[in-house]
Amino acid sequence: MSPILFWIFSLFMLGFGAAVIVNKNPVASALSLVVSFLGLAALYIGLSAYFIGIVQVLVYAGAVMVLFLFIIMLLDLKAEKSRKLNWVAFLGGGALTLAFVGVLAKVLANYPAGKEVVTALVPGENPITDDVRMVGLKLFSEYNFPFQVVGVLVLVAAVGVVVLSKRELK
Amino acid sequence: MVTLNDYLLVSGLLFALGFAGVMMRRNLIVIFMGLEMMLNAANLSLVAFSRFNGIDGLPNYSGQMLVFFIITVAAAEVAVGLAIIVALFRARQTCHVEDITKLKY
Repeated sequence: MSPILFWIFSLFMLGFGAAVIVNKNPVASALSLVVSFLGLAALYIGLSAYFIGIVQVLVYAGAVMVLFLFIIMLLDLKAEKSRKLNWVAFLGGGALTLAFVGVLAKVLANYPAGKEVVTALVPGENPITDDVRMVGLKLFSEYNFPFQVVGVLVLVAAVGVVVLSKRELK
Repeated sequence: MVTLNDYLLVSGLLFALGFAGVMMRRNLIVIFMGLEMMLNAANLSLVAFSRFNGIDGLPNYSGQMLVFFIITVAAAEVAVGLAIIVALFRARQTCHVEDITKLKY
């Protein structure tokens, strides 16, 4: 991925990510998060992880964020009234975040730049289908058991959501 | 040339944004969005490590498998979490964390 494209998509992602936490209106936050996830999917595709990029668009930018918007509409949330700011939470959260960024900068300054990015998958073939084929081979051979366990987990989550959403909780 | 450091920097900044959202915002839905951003930051660094630490010219696909499972579990987690928020909203008519200070239903 060319550096210009990388920085454009990174700024895109981080800018809309900042918009998520700055916006007062939850609908605007959710839509900013969709755009931020699309930028992240572009970064994945720039890393030649085509399968993960497509799953990111389908699952996160598609399903998960539609679910968020659906719940926001269902609860009929308006833009927050300006409340008295909780200074302890605001300053504490800001200080912790700045401390995290400081630690990150300190670690990355001493971190080796890493090897060259792996460019060729299987030479002479189509990189997109190759990536998906390699992911599929790995998923259904080495990671077959975790894959089935995740299927059970999703089933449990679906049943749990139905139970939680029933009108009588008691 | 984009190095592994650049990807880790971007991923760390995305994590910091999500963390700031969780710590500073008081709206449950926005807090949940911050959690999603933190999960995605971890995914980005996993994919970057998978590409930059190749084995025999192939990327290390174990990292991408972990990302796949994280995305699946996160989708299930979002469904359950939003159902809990809806149940809470029905009981209390609010999703502002400072209005929810009692454990009793």
